[in-house]
Amino acid sequence: MTDENWNPKIIAIICNWCSYAGADLAGGARIQYPPDVRAIRVMCTGRVDPLFIMKAFQDGADGMLISGCHFGDCHYLEGNYKCAKRMFLVKNLLKNIGLDDKRLRMTFVSASEGGKWGAVMTDVVNTVKELGPSPIKKYQR
Amino acid sequence: MAETKEESRIGVFICHCGTNIAGSLSVEDVKEYAKTLDGVVVADDYQYMCSTPGQSKIIDAIKEHNLNGVVVAACSPRLHEPTFRTATEEGGLNKFRFEMANIRDQNSWVHMHDWEGATNKAKDQVLIAVAKARMLEDLQPKSVPVEHAALVLGAGVGGMQAALDLAGAGIKTYLVEKLPTVGGRMSQLDKTFPTLDCSQCILTPKMVDVGRHPNIELRTYTEVEKVEGYIGNFTITLRKKARGVLTPAEALERGIVGGGCNGCGDCSEVCPVIKPNPFEMGMAPRKAIYIYHPQVMPLLYTVDFDSCVKCGLCVEACGPEKRAIDLDSVDTFEEIKVGTCILAIGYDLIPIEEKKEWGYKQFDNVITGLEFERLICASGPTTGHLIRPSDGQTPMKVGFVLCAGSRDNTGGVAKPYCSRFCCMYCLKHAHQIMEKIPGAVPYLFYMDIRAFGKMYEEFYYRIQNEGAKFIRGRVANILEDPITKNLMVYAEDTLLSRPVAMEMDMVVLAAAIQPKPEAEKIRQMFGVSKSQDGWLLEAHPKLNPCGTTTAGIYLAGVCQGPKDVPDTVAQAEGAASAASIPIHTGEVQLEPYFAQCIDSLCAGCGMCVNLCPYGALALVEKDGRTVMEVTEAKCKGCGTCGGFCPGGAIKMQHFTSPQICAQIDAFLLKGEDY
Ligand SMILES: Cc1cc2nc3c(=O)[nH]c(=O)nc-3n(C[C@H](O)[C@H](O)[C@H](O)COP(=O)(O)OP(=O)(O)OC[C@H]3O[C@@H](n4cnc5c(N)ncnc54)[C@H](O)[C@@H]3O)c2cc1C
Ligand code: SF4
Ligand code: SF4
Repeated sequence: MTDENWNPKIIAIICNWCSYAGADLAGGARIQYPPDVRAIRVMCTGRVDPLFIMKAFQDGADGMLISGCHFGDCHYLEGNYKCAKRMFLVKNLLKNIGLDDKRLRMTFVSASEGGKWGAVMTDVVNTVKELGPSPIKKYQR
Repeated sequence: MAETKEESRIGVFICHCGTNIAGSLSVEDVKEYAKTLDGVVVADDYQYMCSTPGQSKIIDAIKEHNLNGVVVAACSPRLHEPTFRTATEEGGLNKFRFEMANIRDQNSWVHMHDWEGATNKAKDQVLIAVAKARMLEDLQPKSVPVEHAALVLGAGVGGMQAALDLAGAGIKTYLVEKLPTVGGRMSQLDKTFPTLDCSQCILTPKMVDVGRHPNIELRTYTEVEKVEGYIGNFTITLRKKARGVLTPAEALERGIVGGGCNGCGDCSEVCPVIKPNPFEMGMAPRKAIYIYHPQVMPLLYTVDFDSCVKCGLCVEACGPEKRAIDLDSVDTFEEIKVGTCILAIGYDLIPIEEKKEWGYKQFDNVITGLEFERLICASGPTTGHLIRPSDGQTPMKVGFVLCAGSRDNTGGVAKPYCSRFCCMYCLKHAHQIMEKIPGAVPYLFYMDIRAFGKMYEEFYYRIQNEGAKFIRGRVANILEDPITKNLMVYAEDTLLSRPVAMEMDMVVLAAAIQPKPEAEKIRQMFGVSKSQDGWLLEAHPKLNPCGTTTAGIYLAGVCQGPKDVPDTVAQAEGAASAASIPIHTGEVQLEPYFAQCIDSLCAGCGMCVNLCPYGALALVEKDGRTVMEVTEAKCKGCGTCGGFCPGGAIKMQHFTSPQICAQIDAFLLKGEDY
């Protein structure tokens, strides 16, 4: 179903303290992964408003990743818990509007897990590629 | 939705970082693309944007093009955001009018073989950054005063050194130790490599100093219960564990003049309860009322309430004058205020008995390096006579298993890292055996001897010349002769490529080290991350080895990773210096990423109030309506409230919803729709 030239559009919203630092570490270690994900930095995944996710899918995103600190490691104590809770809600919502909830993913990557960041990137891109372009695109002019 | 009414005038600057960036993507294409973006009035590139000429480009362009926003596409904001913010400010703009696109760490370095993919990604990253830059607002960093006091947690050699340095710099320092005495592991050691000076002799002066220094508030037998606040203003709750014994000062408080513990030990003498002394690695007894060893600091007995039977004999022995013992004492709490904190909580040995192949705790004559230290120490349980635990005989052939559980990828309790000081202490132990027991021979089973420090390699040669035997190979297993209790050590001699089996009288395991079990709790309380190997994570492995990602929290000693005493002391002095800077400056600037309530949108539902982990939000009456109010001093800017508010009434400065939506739209709609 996917044509060879199609590159998925994936947005990641990642926290400053863990996942962003982990992504930087992956760079330092020259871990190679596919270039399809575009990251937006926030201080904490607690900042992620479900509306951001809905907005992105509405705009035609093929996938989204939210990545924060491991539970118990949040720089702000519990922002990642609060975010994770919201993710259940949003995933439900996605399913209800006919989007595969695998298009939205939450991961926990610490500042010392450069290797894991690389693996997450590869996996997210592969998953979205398997799912193909977002059906929402059809409804856009 | 756009908040900035002014016309955007953005400058974009793309860094080559030598070939770090320019070698993996087309800087030229990115620059040309940037020029086409809405609101961008100038785009430029340079070899090294962080250099002085690079920064001048920014400063000049702000003035020349009357910019109101700056984007630098280069490395990570975690590295150079402060640099470029300063340049932005020097150009005459508010420093928060700056946004960074991370096209190195998160692009050129991770897509090194995909020129087109990397170039496209860099264009998008610039597009996203420009979208945010167009909506940035002037912000004022918030300056807060710094408490003129510091906390040092853990009073091993690292913590003591840090406390002495801070105190010496005129800072009131709380030195908190969970054990009844300061000293840490180093006080358990007999001698120290490579100089072989007596460990206690060089340590006790420091122990005495921390007890005496007018600026040090020593809190032994005390743990941290709660940590609140932020750099400059930490409020820390200490739990002073019930000790059962009063200091002279505490006695005086209770009106007992001339009373309190004087360290005579009469109590311990009469106590009927006998327990193993952990200081002696369980090889000597202690009573339920005890001191670890004669040089404890403070010299104050402690009741172990877990084993005390409350017979009251000690109270009697202590007598009516001193009245130092209170068997009804309970934990007490103390709140302290400090500006910065240093964690120096040290390490433990791994439970080496779980490496069953070496027989620790199965065979009497297999011991750990720490037990060896106590057995060879003149003040230890055997007054310095090295004996076999099985029969008290003097061992003549002593095997050493180096890297016991270190540099070992087999999982379980084993650690992939090098524990860094065991090679050297095994050499030290080998020397001590040959010195104390004429004719005795140490056999070191090693992988590599890592003698990396000053005069360490020379020490290695010395021990070789003294007659220690070295067998290069890991010990596969150890078996015990049930009658003689001698040990058969099976290993591979990798230099001769043949298996060896040697009979030893005793075997010392240089067990790997690991973080303290409570390190996990401590680091979560203080908001410090851990490395993949479990040690506390420094802010930067090379450029900020004493700091952490939480402002105001620093690390010293082995809790950050294996290191010997010289390195521990050096890091402690570094941490003390770093921790004193904010205190001496007197104020710190906090990034103003605070939440703000947009009163007109707030419905006063109060859902956010409970979400905030810092209690920064409250409902108040304003103009006849109930609205939320933020206490800026408490808000840390996580945005948890802002991510939740169903009415969009909470504005997260510098990470506003319109800004984030603009970033999303920019990439997905390519500027068409917003
Ligand atoms: C067998 C052996 C031999 C060695 N020989 C040498 C040698 O010859 N030369 C050399 O340079 N190095 C030697 N070392 C290494 C040396 O022990 C360490 O480098 C040194 O002790 C590190 O000091 P530290 O202050 O970081 O940690 P530690 O000495 O472990 O001190 C940490 C302190 O923090 C306290 N603490 C822990 N948790 C808490 C908490 N939650 N709250 C409050 N306090 C807490 C602990 O009780 C302890 O007092 C040897 C190590 C071993 C095992
Ligand atoms: S210091 Fe030596 S014995 Fe210890 S883990 Fe490193 S290499 Fe092995
Ligand atoms: S951003 Fe909101 S939730 Fe986070 S600390 Fe500030 S007020 Fe509390």
